[in-house]
Amino acid sequence: MSKMPNYISTTNACKLCRPLGAALAFRGIEGAVPYLHGSQGCATYMRRYIISHFNEPIDIASSSLSEKHAVYGGAANLKLGLKNVTSKYHPQLIGIATTCLTETIGDDVPRILQEYAKEEGTGQTLPLNVHVSTPSYAGSHMEGFHGAVKSVVEQLATAAPTKRSINLLPGLVSSADYRYLSEIMQDFGLSSTILPDLSETLDGPALMEYEKIPQGGTPLAAIRGMGGARATIEFGRTMNTNKHGSGGLSLQEHFACPNHCLGLPLGIGETDRLFALLETLSSRTTPHKYVQERGRLVDSYVDGHKYVFGKRAIIYGDEDLVVGLTAFLAEIGIKPVLCASGGKSGLLSEAVAAVTKGILGADEMPRVLEGMDFFDIAAEAEQLGPDLLVGHSKGAPLARKLNIPLIRVGFPIHDRIGGQRLLHLGYRGAQMLFDTVTNSLIEKKQNDSPIGYSYM
Amino acid sequence: MEATALKERESQIHRNGEKPFSIVCDKDSLAGAVSQRACVFCGSRVVLYPIADALHLVHGPIGCAVYTWDIRGALSSGPELHRLSFSTDLQEMDVIFGGEKKLEAALIELIDRHQPKAAFVYSTCIVGIIGDDLEAVCRKVERLKDIPVIPVQSEGFKGNKRSGYKAACNAMARLIGTGDTKDISKHSINILGDFNLAGEIWMIRDYFKRMGIEVVANITGDGRVNDIRRAHGAALNVVQCSGATMDLANMMEEGYGIPSIRVSYFGIEDMSEALYDVARFFDDPEIMARARELVQEEVAKIYPEIQKYKHALKGKKAAIYVGGSFKAFSLVKAFRMIGMDVVMVGSQTGTKEDYEELAEITDPGTIIVDDSNPLELSSFLTEKEVDIFVGGVKERPIAYKLGVGFCDHNHERKEALAGFTGMLNFAREVYSSVMSPVWHFVPRNSSSPGDKS
Repeated sequence: MSKMPNYISTTNACKLCRPLGAALAFRGIEGAVPYLHGSQGCATYMRRYIISHFNEPIDIASSSLSEKHAVYGGAANLKLGLKNVTSKYHPQLIGIATTCLTETIGDDVPRILQEYAKEEGTGQTLPLNVHVSTPSYAGSHMEGFHGAVKSVVEQLATAAPTKRSINLLPGLVSSADYRYLSEIMQDFGLSSTILPDLSETLDGPALMEYEKIPQGGTPLAAIRGMGGARATIEFGRTMNTNKHGSGGLSLQEHFACPNHCLGLPLGIGETDRLFALLETLSSRTTPHKYVQERGRLVDSYVDGHKYVFGKRAIIYGDEDLVVGLTAFLAEIGIKPVLCASGGKSGLLSEAVAAVTKGILGADEMPRVLEGMDFFDIAAEAEQLGPDLLVGHSKGAPLARKLNIPLIRVGFPIHDRIGGQRLLHLGYRGAQMLFDTVTNSLIEKKQNDSPIGYSYM
Repeated sequence: MEATALKERESQIHRNGEKPFSIVCDKDSLAGAVSQRACVFCGSRVVLYPIADALHLVHGPIGCAVYTWDIRGALSSGPELHRLSFSTDLQEMDVIFGGEKKLEAALIELIDRHQPKAAFVYSTCIVGIIGDDLEAVCRKVERLKDIPVIPVQSEGFKGNKRSGYKAACNAMARLIGTGDTKDISKHSINILGDFNLAGEIWMIRDYFKRMGIEVVANITGDGRVNDIRRAHGAALNVVQCSGATMDLANMMEEGYGIPSIRVSYFGIEDMSEALYDVARFFDDPEIMARARELVQEEVAKIYPEIQKYKHALKGKKAAIYVGGSFKAFSLVKAFRMIGMDVVMVGSQTGTKEDYEELAEITDPGTIIVDDSNPLELSSFLTEKEVDIFVGGVKERPIAYKLGVGFCDHNHERKEALAGFTGMLNFAREVYSSVMSPVWHFVPRNSSSPGDKS
């Protein structure tokens, strides 16, 4: 395997900054307002970036720090900001993430929050605060997202009386995915707390009046009770828990709540692992509905297998999504030739090997590269001759250059509507993906053909 | 019902006719108010962005670069280096030990790879804190690579977007005066403050060409380093969007004695006036005659179709929230031309004079607002029963969520809205949003199954 040249500069990054992930996670908590302790631009840029995917309002508050705060510290503005958010939004919770500015000037956010509670707390009930440290120069949006989830459970979960419920920490998936996961849990008869839950907060209905804080999200009472859950299911084979811990591990450590870490349930293999666990946890067999979904999926794999077999795919994006997509593509006969991410967990290679075991032979393994940007990916693509790209919309220029289909998945999707309604997970998600991938390849062949067949 | 605006913000909202005009503006955004503003870096980045053969390297952690990747609809007729997002992607160790070495190496690597005509190096918040000496690094690489390497002092926290415009102008001022100005016509101009969104500057350049006027430099739409270097050879600076490039025009007036005029290319009225103003400046009857002919010709092409839209849109209500308030003047007039009433107008960074003028040209009851936020804007839309909201991407979901039409007039738009053709496109776009049948189904106009009676 040739080594990537080690470029110093980054061109067209394949990752986002850490506070953005935290803001997204906080958006999935009921009654919460995400808040960035930094200068105004960060919040505005991230709002714009998120809006372009979801087409939904997302209000992210900011300390709006200016030069004098950078010199003397941002404490006063953080307090003022919290006060203003409280009086305008009446939130139940304010999720505070730091930025590179406030991390570097050394603002001690926990201490400032204590002072704030002391100064403002008498005679009124303040919204809860959760804070997470998210310096943008360390890690990507995925560390920010998982870090926010971990902070939420560590700062809010209590040793609640033991219940039969299950904690589910899916990571950053689409609104449709969160909805589907909730449906699965219900159909297994499992009461569950899904944290966060972007199913409604970033995919809401048209409204008569603007909601200050959108409906939905994980209820605070449920989060408090997470310590009493029977088990936690956490998706993510590339969470570097040695370095960062995780929400699931924290719950295990503090409340002896057993943590089951699975990969994102993408494709049959990874979804079977989830359903096996759910069968155990619920002491039920998989509901008929899902047996049928799986059955139809297998049937469609058979119907379509020839159109996809041996096609070469480049998969890029968030590491866990890359792992899941690779598992799915490998199992339908597509040859993953490159798995690339801007993330740097150090675990991507191992995870790809684990999910493709038994399907890909030792000589069929894709190149797996972390810390990649789109300059690197394009250079690789030239060597690898891919038939399709699978990833978010930032690969569109490359797909256009290569004249191959881009299968849009994950976040962000900035050049199509409905990114939040893309379903990836479970048998139903695999069905969507399979139909999309297969039809894109057929369409490409049809368009390129001089004959223009009207049957496949 | 509680007031929508925070107490500290009340002075930044004016309702026409209720009280004598007064508005507070040009101040830092209030913490926690969810301002729609961005930052200094954003201001610099959007102004310099369209210079297509320059390298734009963002020195900082990845976010600042990645959120501004291909962000503008600024087109180029040649190189497209500006559409790539370059970053030093600073890491923890760089923050601790300083990022100068990494910056230098990244610059050299990228200049070798892309052979740009110049490089702009943007400072971000963190660079302002760790104290990297951008000037020194840029000077060193400039000597090494023999192209202008220019630091842009755009630390995010050092002011607002307007300070970023200033920093961008300072950066460009370092290029101006370094190119050869011979062979430039005496009837020559620089176009400042048009960013060639969806090809707008090509239209404007064509108008000037037809009038017999040479355009020396586009600043910055479809911009080229070598053109900007000789911009001081032009006889006149024609400045649109005064917020962004007025500083540069002032510097050029001071340094090179080049006068400037302020224009707008939005709407028939302002577009025509812009051409006449330029013709008047050159005081040449032939140029004026050609301008008249051009305006007549162009207006005749679009007028009938605009009348059709006007008929359909008459009496509909519009709200405007834009970055700089100068554009808002033209929008107010453009809406009038298609028979619509403007009931709210605001901007992120307007000046007191701007708002005063807006108050004068709008009807009683119109809300005028500085540095607003989603809660205020949504309440204005509801209160005024607006049919279309004009803004940028961040304003769009506020309108759509409430079932209100929307027209993107920000720098990401893909429709040309400047020039005579642009007015027609604008009317078409407003029409296609306001007249869509989908509004029949939104809650403000209909009930749905399951509504409680």
